[in-house]
Amino acid sequence: MPEITYREALNQALSEEISRDPNVVLMGEEVAQFKGSYKVSEGLLEKFGPDKIIDTPISEAAFSGLAVGAAMMGMRPVVEFMFWSFCYVAFDQIFNNAASIRYMSGGLINVPIVFRGPANGGTNVGATHSHTPENFAANTPGLKVICPSTPADAKGMMKAAIRDNDPVCVMENTILYNLKGEVPEEEDFIIPLGKARTVCQGNDLSIIAHGRSVMVALQVAETLQEKHGVSVEVLDLRSIRPLDLDAILDTVRKTNRVLLVEENKPFCGVDSQIAYLIQEHAFDHLDAPVKRVSAIDVPQAYSKALENFQIPNHDRVLAKAMELL
Amino acid sequence: MEGIYHDADLKDSPVSEKKTVVDSPDIAQTSDFSNLPINLQLDSEEKIRLYSQMVRIRRFEERSLRAYQQGHIGGFLHLYIGQEAVAVGSVSVMSEDDHVITAYRDHGHALAVGMDMDECMAELFGKRTGCSKGKGGSMHFFAPDKNFWGGHGIVGGQTPLGLGIAYALKHRKKKGACMCFMGDGATNQGPFYESLNLASLWGLPVVYIIENNGYSMGTAESRHSAGEPLARRGEAFDINWSVHQGHDLYEVRDAINNALVLAKESSSPSVLEIVTYRYRGHSVADPDQTYRSKEEIEEYKQNKDPINLFRDKLISEGVLSDEKANLLDQAAKDEAEASAEFAIASPFPEVSELMDDVYWETDNPDQKVSSGEMFFESSR
Ligand SMILES: Cc1ncc(C[n+]2csc(CCOP(=O)(O)OP(=O)(O)O)c2C)c(N)n1
Ligand SMILES: [Mg+2]
Repeated sequence: MPEITYREALNQALSEEISRDPNVVLMGEEVAQFKGSYKVSEGLLEKFGPDKIIDTPISEAAFSGLAVGAAMMGMRPVVEFMFWSFCYVAFDQIFNNAASIRYMSGGLINVPIVFRGPANGGTNVGATHSHTPENFAANTPGLKVICPSTPADAKGMMKAAIRDNDPVCVMENTILYNLKGEVPEEEDFIIPLGKARTVCQGNDLSIIAHGRSVMVALQVAETLQEKHGVSVEVLDLRSIRPLDLDAILDTVRKTNRVLLVEENKPFCGVDSQIAYLIQEHAFDHLDAPVKRVSAIDVPQAYSKALENFQIPNHDRVLAKAMELL
Repeated sequence: MEGIYHDADLKDSPVSEKKTVVDSPDIAQTSDFSNLPINLQLDSEEKIRLYSQMVRIRRFEERSLRAYQQGHIGGFLHLYIGQEAVAVGSVSVMSEDDHVITAYRDHGHALAVGMDMDECMAELFGKRTGCSKGKGGSMHFFAPDKNFWGGHGIVGGQTPLGLGIAYALKHRKKKGACMCFMGDGATNQGPFYESLNLASLWGLPVVYIIENNGYSMGTAESRHSAGEPLARRGEAFDINWSVHQGHDLYEVRDAINNALVLAKESSSPSVLEIVTYRYRGHSVADPDQTYRSKEEIEEYKQNKDPINLFRDKLISEGVLSDEKANLLDQAAKDEAEASAEFAIASPFPEVSELMDDVYWETDNPDQKVSSGEMFFESSR
């Protein structure tokens, strides 16, 4: 299986789906001539031309809404946000229109749209550019939301998202764009939404994470094994809504101790809901309270010295894990 | 680009004192639009149908108001009474490839595109037989089979959607255009300008129709908008714009038809401002006592009522008689009454239906491709 980057995996997914279905177009700021702010769409303009790969002005509300209108008419637009942080100026179009039109029309109108782009901290770009709105999206019935953490997931889940008949928010990560991994080449390589992935097996503690926090969880699992002889199971949620509750409960029932790790801010973050579900469904299997590591609860800090501490890092996650053992 | 300003009746208009008249070389100084080709095409039967459409909308809404007062309808109910010629005139020049989207004051557009009173009234009542199965309400009517895309509750929120409908038409090389209706107040929303820029930049066949009824809730145009007329704002984007009187159905037809032709022949957007008036409060919850005078409302009703004016016109054309008009009126009342009876007799949706219609996928379990929990109720 070839090793490619997360960026290339997304590029392949877009390219294959645009080739496969004439309704699919990619639009956003700098996606065409500039080849994408993060070069995710490199080569696509040359391959598909300006009718399919569409540069927009800096008008998130208008092009998001335009894409929703086009999706109502049966197209399958993929909208790129340069950062998910910028979706806030298009909030109405995503959170009212894309999410609710099917419901408000009594199921008469579908909105098969993908909103995608990076949603992460850790790049020293300050509070306005570091939002992780997966909890907002997951809090909005009508939207689906996924956070692929590997190149293979990026490709397989992006393809699933584009083929999905409901609006899907794909939250990527600028730090992961250069990550390399094995990615299947088949045209129909699809990873269904709503399936978590056990990244490593273990017996003593479960770390449940999504997005880049999965990598931090893995590093901590290695440290715990090497230094303390503790066997950690790491579960990558991959998809937030739909959510693989079975996989969550399985690992909890196996290790009886859970640490939740995410880049979301803690209050009403994704992991608040996960913790709630665990206590509701697996209370008797817990040998310790559920613990969490989230981003420190302040606007994202600019300084490396602060931000590296603010987002879940190896040492903070390790320290919290030790509290559980 | 020069706008056309049909200001023949401007002096009497309730918003006239505040308006700056824009000089335009190609002002059509006509107040009789009946002899324009688009209107000469109409035969008597079609004229009567247009008249009857307006009457049906009015009687439907009057009946819905009573139902509201009787407690059958909750929430907001924004009545279109006074503005009927705009929706009916506009829809009457649509072809089957053209599309309509509007804001929350949507009953008139819904009935004009051919939705039936029963499904509309039932929706107001929150009944399962409503057009959105009771899940949308007054502000959220939809009929995609009639090219009617809602019914949108967020002021200005539909302006990018209308753009997207036009974009999809152009992308698929269809011949149609999208009429995107909005209020005067909605012109002050940012997404509208983002949309105008894109509409012009990409040459999209969208017609923005500002139904200027003079008020954004209780805020008169002169208190909410700088720079009039509102349609002139299109000029900054090189978009054709013009202002028209909305009490004359013939004038509306001509204006909209021209814009649709432009949209379809040269894939150009337009901004049309149609001056109109609403008789009732902003919604039925608005006591309508603080921001305008009874005289102002009376003045419009007396001199500019679109239904009365069109009736008089048709009578003078020999197309309609008082008798026939009365019959049509009675028929509309009966139809509205029957729709209220239908709504009353209809069942409410079952609580078990609450979670239907959210996701395509959960509504089509046989074609489900994802797994996992989609809803977070304590169901297991
Ligand atoms: C974003 C947003 N802000 C405020 C409101 C509340 N609101 C509903 S209608 C309205 C006035 C809009 O007036 P206009 O656009 O002129 O339309 P009209 O009601 O006259 O048809 C307001 C303020 C809303 N629905 N959406
Ligand atoms: Mg208004």
